[in-house]
Amino acid sequence: MRELNLLWIQSGGCGGCTLSLLNAEQPSLMERLADAGIRLLWHPSLSEASGQEALDILRACAEGRERLDILCLEGAVMTGPAGSGRFHMLAGTGRPMMAWIAELAMRAAHVLAIGTCAAYGGITSTGVSGSASGATGLQFHGERPGGLLSAAFRAGAGLPVVNVAGCPTHPGWVLDTLLALALERLGEADLDSLRRPRFYADHLVHHGCPRNEYYEFKASAEKTSDLGCLMENLGCKGTQAHADCNTRLWNGSGSCLRGGYACISCTEPRFEEPGHPFAETPKVAGIPIGLPSDMPKAWFVALAALSKSATPRRVRENATSDHLVVAPAVKRTGLK
Amino acid sequence: MAAPATATRIVGPFNRVEGDLEVRLEVEDGRVRGAFVNSPLYRGFESMLVGRAPGDALVIVPRICGICSVSQSNAAAAALRALSGLTMPDNGRLAHNLVSACENLADHLSHFYLFFMPDFARPAYADRPWFERVARRFKALHGQATGDMLPARAAFMHLMGLMAGKWPHSLSLQPGGTTRALEQAECLQLIALLRAFRRFLEQHVFGDSLEQVAALASLADLTAWRRNREGDLALFLDVAEDLGLERMGRATDVFLSYGAYEETQGQLFIPGLWQAAQHHVLAPQAIAEDLSHAWLAGDAAPPAQGQTIPQADKPGAYTWCKAPRYHGVVAETGALARQMVTGHPLVRDLVRLHGGSVMARVLARLLELALVLPRMQVWARQLQPRAPWCHHADAPREGTAAGLVEAARGALGHWLTVKQGRIANYQIIAPTTWNFSPRDAQGTPGALEQALAHLPVSADQDPPLLVQHVVRSFDPCMVCTVH
Repeated sequence: MRELNLLWIQSGGCGGCTLSLLNAEQPSLMERLADAGIRLLWHPSLSEASGQEALDILRACAEGRERLDILCLEGAVMTGPAGSGRFHMLAGTGRPMMAWIAELAMRAAHVLAIGTCAAYGGITSTGVSGSASGATGLQFHGERPGGLLSAAFRAGAGLPVVNVAGCPTHPGWVLDTLLALALERLGEADLDSLRRPRFYADHLVHHGCPRNEYYEFKASAEKTSDLGCLMENLGCKGTQAHADCNTRLWNGSGSCLRGGYACISCTEPRFEEPGHPFAETPKVAGIPIGLPSDMPKAWFVALAALSKSATPRRVRENATSDHLVVAPAVKRTGLK
Repeated sequence: MAAPATATRIVGPFNRVEGDLEVRLEVEDGRVRGAFVNSPLYRGFESMLVGRAPGDALVIVPRICGICSVSQSNAAAAALRALSGLTMPDNGRLAHNLVSACENLADHLSHFYLFFMPDFARPAYADRPWFERVARRFKALHGQATGDMLPARAAFMHLMGLMAGKWPHSLSLQPGGTTRALEQAECLQLIALLRAFRRFLEQHVFGDSLEQVAALASLADLTAWRRNREGDLALFLDVAEDLGLERMGRATDVFLSYGAYEETQGQLFIPGLWQAAQHHVLAPQAIAEDLSHAWLAGDAAPPAQGQTIPQADKPGAYTWCKAPRYHGVVAETGALARQMVTGHPLVRDLVRLHGGSVMARVLARLLELALVLPRMQVWARQLQPRAPWCHHADAPREGTAAGLVEAARGALGHWLTVKQGRIANYQIIAPTTWNFSPRDAQGTPGALEQALAHLPVSADQDPPLLVQHVVRSFDPCMVCTVH
């Protein structure tokens, strides 16, 4: 496996994707990078080089004197105010970060958007402030193709920007993408229509949800902290959102649903503007608007009515409590 | 007499701080005459929140910052709690303590191992007696300490998987408690992982029990303790003594803390202001933000009435950061401030002898690892599975409230106004807003700006290493600073 030079830069984001990356385990971050043959040219949280030393590395890449195999951008591109890029001038350069990003992207064999901000604009592009700040994704603005880079952009090795979306992104999504690139196992067919790696985007958050029994019986939570299914009342989009959160898991045994709160579909474009309070499910005539992916509405309504009528008392009572109140019965006759 | 040689130096981008940072230095005769701190990124979180449902703050504010994510959640939850007059059940309070402590301690660890210490492994220090040991342990990317620390940190963060779903950007912390009820099996896992993290701290960081470290009560105690001591703290103390880090980076010695960790009786670390060698009761109404040198329109105002309106071409401005002041005075915040205010004897002794410094800031952080982890172990055993974890109340449609909490980096405040059931105003003062504030209308420089003044800077050293140490001693979080 050849060595791949990786440059990681940050702009309009929170740094949370880097902090998430530090949570990588078995093996840990440094080992996984080494195993994928990744040589870090510079990373803002991990490298020694500072000030001019760091700028020398960026310039060498931008001018083609240093081979740039992988460019990772974390955070949205800040184009405002009024297209000037003044909302993020790279320290020590007096130059808008968006200009650095565009220049480096032209030199890179692969360009990765790390997190939903870099991919689609994300939380940084929210609302009035977002439109004024001109925050946008690398190659998408929301779900619309074309961000800082045009929809036709292809990096040196031929792929469009790879969107490792998530807010934050999972360390495994980043490290598996890097490993796939190193092994030359990531082609355009391995990306979905929003250019996310399909190894995690071909799953729904619903897969492996620990509240599955409540979902089956439509035993719904009524308030945050209730144990029931969060889809009917509390804004959960797990049956529609693309990601493997409940099978891959976070920080050992976690996920949003395992933490007891709704999926807000943070791997999707425009998740930051749901058009309703995050913790409320929008409904028409008492029926949630956002039904599970690939499910005909009439079937969903019919099944929901049937399963509600068949809900065991245990499931119904636990669903509206913040801790287990009825444990599963112990059968006296042995399991059949 | 010849005019002194003055030169301007721009230092940046700083890495190993969270976010982007630029410092302009005016250097005269080899010393910093004036420092100007620029936070060069503006995103506009305060404006994003306006018009939203109040509860949406719990989704938006953690995303201000990937390293203080839970602290931001905490501050929003505290403001919403105050708004609706809720209290938390014991389990909820303990969950807030445990999740917050996990983030804070993990941040202290990341700062020491990844952000701060690697600067001493630079070739410029190759002639120092401690260099070989430091380079072997702390060289950026390759030092053996990174290999020890990252797995220990990641295993410790399993607390987040158990209690907060994930980190960063959890939604588990609610105004009335937590969404995550632990069962008995999970409480036991929690107790076990805290023990494992204690082992890492005692073996690698301290070379001693946490209780012995927490009990050090003076510089004399510390000096005696470190003799022939193994561990990364003792190694840092060798470096600090050799380079005189206890005399570097003094700011105003006014220290602010909002108080941290609710116990059944009061807080583990009490709130207050330390000024003129005395503790004063915290008076939140003394806080106002000055905008004179920020690229923001408007006049100085208390945060509840504050505004955030970008004005990129404002004359005389040099940063996106506001300048918070306490009764018009510059205050420093962080672990050092927290321990000064609450009265840890070792920290008070260090500051009495030398004032606030690079050494005192770093030591206070490591000391908190020894102080807080044993409390986490107590809190974990106080959790009661199958008892309530969260209280609920309808939030009023009109009102104002504040949430004042401590993040790893210090005092974090959210000020919230709700009208007709929507957020009408939301203002945030983050710890690094205090520490890295620009000059105010009186021309008084912010805490870091004062800490850099008079520092010796050699013309041929790039980057200037003392400047790096002083800046990083504050553990700056630039994404929080401007938000």
